[in-house]
Amino acid sequence: MIPGRFTYHRPGSVNEAVQLLASLGEDARPLAGGHSLIPMMKLRLAQPEHLIDLGRIAALKGIRKDGAEIVIGAMTTQAEIIGSPVLREQAPILIEAAQVIADPQVRYAGTIGGNVANGDPANDMPGLMLCLDARYTLTGPNGARQVAAREFYEAAFFTKLQPGEIVTELRFAVPAGNHGWAYEKLKRKIGDYAVAAAAVTLTVSGGKCASAAIALTNVAQTPLLAVDAAKALVGSNLDNSAIDAAAKAAMAISDPVADTRGPKEYRQSVLGVMVRRAIERAKSRAR
Amino acid sequence: MSADAKVRVAMTVNGRQVSAEVESRTLLIHFLRENLNLTGPHIGCDTSHCGACTVDLDGKSVKSCTVFAVQAEGAQVLTIEGMAAADGSLHPLQAAFHEHHGLQCGFCTPGMITRAHRLLQENPHPTEAEIRMGISGNICRCTGYQNIVKAISAAAETIAGLKKEEAAE
Repeated sequence: MIPGRFTYHRPGSVNEAVQLLASLGEDARPLAGGHSLIPMMKLRLAQPEHLIDLGRIAALKGIRKDGAEIVIGAMTTQAEIIGSPVLREQAPILIEAAQVIADPQVRYAGTIGGNVANGDPANDMPGLMLCLDARYTLTGPNGARQVAAREFYEAAFFTKLQPGEIVTELRFAVPAGNHGWAYEKLKRKIGDYAVAAAAVTLTVSGGKCASAAIALTNVAQTPLLAVDAAKALVGSNLDNSAIDAAAKAAMAISDPVADTRGPKEYRQSVLGVMVRRAIERAKSRAR
Repeated sequence: MSADAKVRVAMTVNGRQVSAEVESRTLLIHFLRENLNLTGPHIGCDTSHCGACTVDLDGKSVKSCTVFAVQAEGAQVLTIEGMAAADGSLHPLQAAFHEHHGLQCGFCTPGMITRAHRLLQENPHPTEAEIRMGISGNICRCTGYQNIVKAISAAAETIAGLKKEEAAE
């Protein structure tokens, strides 16, 4: 399969990229890792007339600490996330999630910026970003603005990203050093999207859950922040009844579509299992 | 510039400088197979699942059906054709696939070997589980993977032995 014709642009800076996007208008698309866009172009589900390749913009790469925050450049690949000492030390949930995205070859190419900007509810990183309460820096011809990940997703493939803007970086507060974390994902095979997946971070103090965040992947039109599920944990000693209550609360807000991954009821049931397992593993890792 | 205009692309493939005028929509796999006559990398699923088109691009394994040739501008590319030594003697991975029957029909083999090459560069002594995860983006419909895993494991030992010899000299 050969994609439709397009004109290729290789800007060397963010400024040049957003100027190109602004001047070329709606027929232009940014190209990150290309592993969502190129398959869509082969199927003619996307037919951009201009592709603006972000691959040579050094400023969009890398993972760094900025005070009390971790900053990840949008063109950082999943493989670079897996290999990051900063993340291994301070936000290992991202590594656990990146390891269950697609396969090794795709992880060398796929970027975190593309993953979060695409608005595909099946992508894993948006749920992670909800869980970590990340903010995205969106850069357009009139400068940069920040939008909370928790506000960013409107519907499947619809986000707060305006025409002419690109996601340039992701930021989140360094999680507490003693936090517990887990990303649990059931997929039918390597390379498939989740039947359901859950991200959990929590802290424990004096045997009680002091704080918790839970986010859900691929069980609705957008990633979901499971607020009531997290509330069910806070103040509890993370016993079975609290975990059951959290799983039920997560299932209650889910609305997965019936597809090749199974009927709605099955996918909701799997979600409950993922939430339970993620809480139990996060609990075992909390210090 | 119109969308029909051709773009000049230059890269190093198996140590050889190459360049050509291509349409911007030309995929790297088509550039390799049709412009360079390197038909080792195969087109299997064409949807970035099967891994038959895997090549090494600047030290990363990529599925060349999902990369535009223009994205590889200036890159170092390695295909199965570049694995053997100049005198034609097989690379340890090729020899091990031969020895351990790591192929039947051979369709997936160029992708398997180039992928295994990168895996062993990053992890010279992988466990069986690490090999299986390392080649999880490459599908083989003949072997059931057993002999592929054995071959990669054996090649890792051979390469480690060669490195020791080099160090001793």
